[in-house]
Amino acid sequence: MMKFGLFILRMRGILLKESFQILRDPSSIALALVMPIVLLFIFGYGVTLDANDVPIAVVADDHSTQSTDLIKRFELSENFTVVPVLTTAQGEQLLAESKVDGIIHIQDNFTEKLQSGNTAPVQLIINGVDANRTRVIQGYAQAILGEWSSIRISRGDDTASSAVTINQRVWFNEAVESRNFMVPGLITLIMTLTGILLTSLVIAREWERGTMEAMLVTPLRRIDILLGKIIPYYILGMGGMGLSVGFAIVVFKVPFRGSITVLFLLSSLFMLASLGFGLLLSATIRNQFVAAQISIITGFLPAVFLTGLIFDLESTPQAIQIISLLVPAHYFISISHTLFMAGDIWSVLLPNGLVLAAMSLIFIAVAYKKITKRLEG
Amino acid sequence: MINSKHSTEEYSPPQNVILDICDLHKYFVGKDKTTTHALHGISLQALRGQVTGLVGVDGAGKTTLIRIATGLLLPSSGSVKVLGLDSVADTLEIQSLIGYMPQKFGLYQDLTVVENMALYADLQGVPPKERAEKYARLLTMTDLQKYTKRRAGALSGGMKQKLGLACALIKSPALLLLDEPTVGVDPVSRRELWKIVYELVKKEGIGVIVSTAYMDEAERCDHVIALHQGEILAEGTPQDFIKRMHDRVYTVSPTADDKVRQIYTRLATHQNVVDTTIRAGKVRIVLKTSNQNAAVLFEDDRLQVQPVEPSFEDAFTAMIPAAAHDFQPDGIKPENRQASGTESEVVIDIRKLQKNFGHFAAVNNLNFSVRRGEIFGLLGPNGAGKSTTFRMLCGLLPASSGDISVAGYNLHRSRARARSRLGYMAQQFSLYGQLSVRENLRFFGKAYGLSAKHLHQRIEWAYAEFGLEEWQNKAAGMLPGGYKQRLAMAAALLHEPEILFLDEPTSGVDLFARREFWLRINSFAEQGVTVVVTTHFMEEAEYCDRMLIMSQGETLAIGTPTDIRTLACTAENPQPTMDDAFIALAEGTISTSSMAQNQRQFGGAR
Repeated sequence: MMKFGLFILRMRGILLKESFQILRDPSSIALALVMPIVLLFIFGYGVTLDANDVPIAVVADDHSTQSTDLIKRFELSENFTVVPVLTTAQGEQLLAESKVDGIIHIQDNFTEKLQSGNTAPVQLIINGVDANRTRVIQGYAQAILGEWSSIRISRGDDTASSAVTINQRVWFNEAVESRNFMVPGLITLIMTLTGILLTSLVIAREWERGTMEAMLVTPLRRIDILLGKIIPYYILGMGGMGLSVGFAIVVFKVPFRGSITVLFLLSSLFMLASLGFGLLLSATIRNQFVAAQISIITGFLPAVFLTGLIFDLESTPQAIQIISLLVPAHYFISISHTLFMAGDIWSVLLPNGLVLAAMSLIFIAVAYKKITKRLEG
Repeated sequence: MINSKHSTEEYSPPQNVILDICDLHKYFVGKDKTTTHALHGISLQALRGQVTGLVGVDGAGKTTLIRIATGLLLPSSGSVKVLGLDSVADTLEIQSLIGYMPQKFGLYQDLTVVENMALYADLQGVPPKERAEKYARLLTMTDLQKYTKRRAGALSGGMKQKLGLACALIKSPALLLLDEPTVGVDPVSRRELWKIVYELVKKEGIGVIVSTAYMDEAERCDHVIALHQGEILAEGTPQDFIKRMHDRVYTVSPTADDKVRQIYTRLATHQNVVDTTIRAGKVRIVLKTSNQNAAVLFEDDRLQVQPVEPSFEDAFTAMIPAAAHDFQPDGIKPENRQASGTESEVVIDIRKLQKNFGHFAAVNNLNFSVRRGEIFGLLGPNGAGKSTTFRMLCGLLPASSGDISVAGYNLHRSRARARSRLGYMAQQFSLYGQLSVRENLRFFGKAYGLSAKHLHQRIEWAYAEFGLEEWQNKAAGMLPGGYKQRLAMAAALLHEPEILFLDEPTSGVDLFARREFWLRINSFAEQGVTVVVTTHFMEEAEYCDRMLIMSQGETLAIGTPTDIRTLACTAENPQPTMDDAFIALAEGTISTSSMAQNQRQFGGAR
């Protein structure tokens, strides 16, 4: 019992110390709570394929009700902001100055052709510098034209054959969907980075400041050192996780269809795996700068490239696919996608959760073995 | 060492020996598979109730030895018993019985004084009931009662060191290990720390093992073990060491013909002299062998040679194999004079210099001037404003107000031109660690705009002058401390500046490198180079022609070393050292009137 009392005393000391440090040194708070939100914000908006309020110049050489009606369609659309100009030259000038992203030219024979049953051409000029954006704008413009055309057909204004031949498929309507897919994945990436950085950086900091040496010469047990780092940074890391999930649901309006308890349990496993990996790194790294570099290269980049979130894994060689199985984020991305978009689908959650549990156990066990109370390995 | 074997009551080996090391070897294997033999078969014992000093210069193995005793490192071979326990098998048990203060004190910057103490109390398992009394006692002892709520990061160097000590003492250890506890701490704080340690030994009878490179501290230990390159050179009481130096230590006074510095340079190269220093305005020499009539050796009857009491430092320097101090300045040849102009010419003139950071005056109303060929010292504790003053002198930091003229240029107007005339050696030596010695020199030479041919000549000069030839392809980061210092100095001198600014050039280098450094500086000054230097080693102030002591941005005193020492002259202490004078000035025990008088007398050289 005496022994246990001493253990409790030691744990109290080390946990109090870590909490004071976390509360007073803004760097760990910034790392665990601010960085995820900032990254989520940047990536969340950065990766969206949505285009809103695209400025577009409209040159109407034909002033019929039909053409005005078409222009109104563009004006009413959320996707475009119409800038009326008188001549094509004016529009081209604006395009060259990047004040508009495209020009819609309705030629003077528009009504005539439309009424004569011929195809009425509408010229669309788009700034092609950013190919992706070009296609998005093109898609929206065609969608509006297509819609307008089909309304006219349904009203019987036009005969079916006379409509502007347009591919009516709405290419980029999944833009909203893509965010639902991206954000849970981003949470995984961000939590990988914070989890690894938290443990590897704080231990490297203790080496740099010479406090680790003093710690090692106290009767601290190796298990005390391990728990002393995992417990506080698990709590901090989960705080960041909770914040990110809240942010995803409230700000990005990503649906969450699973249960919070399941998310908490499974993300705990994931967090422990990341923290354990960071601990493992810190066994050999005694410099904060190196710790940050190694964390990014060995933890974050594999999570970006080898989880199929941004780059499709199916098209990679077999070897890469096998390596990707070693990345914890690989499993947690499946879990978070499932929980956010589908719900508690146990056939997906269980196997992935088990792998994560095994991984966190292995990382922490190896880290424990690697922790030494000596200065040399 | 007088063993107490005869008084059987007191002597009982197992309890009394707190550290017992037998034939200890330690090897380190580096990344490039090179093996360093850090300790060669060390055997020693340390006793309870004593302060045992491990004395040696860099690379002696002091830190390695202490770390092995704490269990931080494992012995390569040999046995180490701490309090009767084996350092490898019973590490945890040993760690619950000892107190250890590492070189960086091991404090958490973000935790307050009391929180740091509470942390170590928790880790050491101090029962909560005993704590209040214990904290109170340690805080009183270290004089930190007023600062309990202050964060460790905001404490001064001396206070941090005392808090580190309090944390190491939290569980009344049977053995206290201190690894260079006073490095970088001002003399006042050093003195306080030692008072605490000796009281502990006297009252509680604990054993203390301390490593130090300060010879005056070694002299106050009960038992001294002199280490050099991993081997024990000698051990015994400081008196044992000093006894050997009988008839080997003399002082030589300056004469009408020769200034102290000239005699110093001359005697340093004399074949019978192993060590030369300037102390209390005289040249102090240590002879190779005992000689009752030293004056005969020098074949110069004008010299006033007087025998003096040897110190521990004399004994220690005489003991080190000669290879460690081999600098031979090439005499003072008139044709070596680099700079033109006359000796009395004022090259640095500072008037009403002021530097404010917000409301805080880092430097307040500073006035002084330096003449050509002078060695001028800027002294003061940490935070005195030395570095700020220095940066302003070099044009690295703009002054808030006042005039700075360096080498005839006003620094407000012609900073670049003034800079080409001055050489600057920063505190951390600012070398490129990955570049070789030659590449570093080439870079600095080019940065100063030397032509290819001229640069080549100067690099050859640097190799010869600083003995860097054999190191030229070695990366600067891999050089030993003393050589880093040489390289940094060579880089600062490549463009043949008239004025050399040296910021803490001797911190982090050992005794011998320091000796050599001052010999070299001396010979540059003889060649007409003006030298401005900051240091926190008070005894080094003796090498300066004049100096300025500052504290908290204010000028405390300015004058020659003799002037400053005279200030601290009292009835009890008729011959104060520079340390005494500094402490008296810092504590304000010297009256303001004597300071004002001093200012008038010696500050008026402008």
